[in-house]
Amino acid sequence: MRTITYREALREAMREEMARDERVIVIGEDIDGYGGTYAVTKGLADEFGRERVRDTPLAEEIIVGTAIGAAMGGMRPVAEIMTINFALLASDQIVNAAAKARYMFGGQVSVPLVVRMPAGGGAQRGAQHSQTLESWFAHVPGMKVVMPATPYDAKGMLKAAIRDEDMVLLIEHELLYGIKGEVPDEGVEYTVPLNRGEIRREGRDVSLITFSRSVHLCLQAAEELAKEGIEAEVVDMRCIRPIDLDLALDSIAKTNRAIVVEEGWKYYGTGQGIAALLYEYGFDNLDAPIGHVTGVDAPAPYAKNLEKAAFPVRNDIIDAVRRIMPQRVAR
Amino acid sequence: MRESDHDLLRWARIDARRLSLDVSREHLLRWYRQMLLARLVDDRLADLRAGGYASGGASCRGHEAAQIGCIAALSIGTDFILPYYRDLAAMLALGMPPRAIFLNQLSRGSDPISNGRMRPAQWNSRALNVISASGLVGTQTLHAAGIAFAARIRGEAAVALTFFGEGATSQGDFHEALNFAGLHHLPVIFVCENNGIALSTPQGTQMPVQHVADRAAAYGMPGVIVDGTDLLAVIATARDAFANARAGKGPTLIEVVVPRLATDAPDPRDPVLALRGYLLSRQDLTDAQDERLRADLGIMIDAALQEAVNAPSPDPATVAEHLFSDSGASSRKEA
Ligand SMILES: Cc1ncc(C[n+]2csc(CCOP(=O)(O)OP(=O)(O)O)c2C)c(N)n1
Repeated sequence: MRTITYREALREAMREEMARDERVIVIGEDIDGYGGTYAVTKGLADEFGRERVRDTPLAEEIIVGTAIGAAMGGMRPVAEIMTINFALLASDQIVNAAAKARYMFGGQVSVPLVVRMPAGGGAQRGAQHSQTLESWFAHVPGMKVVMPATPYDAKGMLKAAIRDEDMVLLIEHELLYGIKGEVPDEGVEYTVPLNRGEIRREGRDVSLITFSRSVHLCLQAAEELAKEGIEAEVVDMRCIRPIDLDLALDSIAKTNRAIVVEEGWKYYGTGQGIAALLYEYGFDNLDAPIGHVTGVDAPAPYAKNLEKAAFPVRNDIIDAVRRIMPQRVAR
Repeated sequence: MRESDHDLLRWARIDARRLSLDVSREHLLRWYRQMLLARLVDDRLADLRAGGYASGGASCRGHEAAQIGCIAALSIGTDFILPYYRDLAAMLALGMPPRAIFLNQLSRGSDPISNGRMRPAQWNSRALNVISASGLVGTQTLHAAGIAFAARIRGEAAVALTFFGEGATSQGDFHEALNFAGLHHLPVIFVCENNGIALSTPQGTQMPVQHVADRAAAYGMPGVIVDGTDLLAVIATARDAFANARAGKGPTLIEVVVPRLATDAPDPRDPVLALRGYLLSRQDLTDAQDERLRADLGIMIDAALQEAVNAPSPDPATVAEHLFSDSGASSRKEA
């Protein structure tokens, strides 16, 4: 094991898969010239050539549409969209073409495509560049949506996604690229399944059910809560669709309390979907209403102080936990 | 490698007679003042970003004549402008005060463009008919076609002027906008500020045609190329396009070829220096007058900047305001 960044982990996944399988190609805007907006694809064009690592014109529908075609035509493209916000321009291709192709043709058509893109806010990018839109896509049957929170998962999930026979949306977070974590040495084979979550911290009192960057906020909150004697379990749902519901249900069976934590908006989002499933299948195990920590119900503002007010922080999670813990009675 | 548009241009040989333009000293000095103002404000914004006091926005250095030349041809208050993030010089030439630009760049609560809500340089001014502004490249071109369509329905004289880079011409939105505007002979002027590169992508990786202007043929409108370092050439081209639009002859695609000037080092392609040289050669300006003008503008700009620096940030309690025209409140009281 060694310690590398999330960015390096993603790059290694692509390098290893490109070396392993000639069908793997990478396509996107400024992925060669700039090495990608977040420098994830840096060096790939030099190593594998500009036929396999292709800068496109400035058009997201070119990236995804042609990648779908290439996938149908026998390749294994990894498409990079600069941010999930721009994926809306290609959403017809993602939703209407790729996600349904296998079903519509009775199982005969495969679209083994990975679409990589960062989501999330907090870096002063404004309303149109800070959204967390995974639930838009995860809503659609036929969609695989994963959101790794650690370098280990980023590499293992991207490798698994490239090998998958269906389209996978791998949603990164713009504030995670620089974080470091342990990852097996280069060349040591591993993948991370695309339908399993992970317990990041064990605890008996309350389950913090979360994904992506919010995993780290929850871990920080859990450390603080431990100081007041509350042991929080941090459940990283990392696979948004298909979802590892059993993991979350087992956790609340133990803790009987849950807070769902995400930075996206409250209404009709991933967190509400998870909470509804927990009520539906885990109601008997709940001793309190499920809490929900989310971003403010507004487009992401630009001004630093407004942006701070718009996204959840560690203390929001701590407050939410305190609200649903049993009142301690003075003895 | 094929020639790029940039090789085809003979930079800045400004000459009003060659263009049969009748321009007075007064006009020339007004435009020169606008060019200098844009350059000096752009410099201050660059300082703010370099010093870590602000982020976002893009430099218009090298694009000044392209933008100001088009604004010089429009009718302020009647026509509509749909800019992109690089159009600082256009905004200043329209009359947006430097104070507004600094308040916007610093995301102050009194930022008249967005109340501190939006990224800098996504311009907006109801009073000046500036309608923007998508951070997603190219979307404003369709809005321009829609505004022109609305003006036609309402029987108004408005022309819609929209700006974008050459990278934006790869987007479907751009082609759809030209198609619709061409089909209905709408009064739209599409101005591509071609600086040859989109982030890291050169024009040759962006499109298979030699010139952005070539794209116009597919949509039944003229496509014109003009040297964007020659203010007078831009003005002459833009005036023709506006005249056609107002006469019901439909849209024009103007490709203004501009340099992207990065540094402070003097550059022979600098449109500000080109106009200055022309004014000096006509004896419409002396070195001393030029110095004086720069100093006066500098004082005015620094005062505006100071005011913006002192202005307070937005009130965080207002973070969710401005979503709906009514209060839009949920029926359930939030905890
Ligand atoms: C839909 C969309 N895709 C990608 C981007 C990221 N982006 C911002 S500016 C830019 C380059 C634009 O180049 P061009 O249109 O030539 O204008 P220039 O900045 O060169 O003036 C890109 C790719 C974006 N803002 N919107």
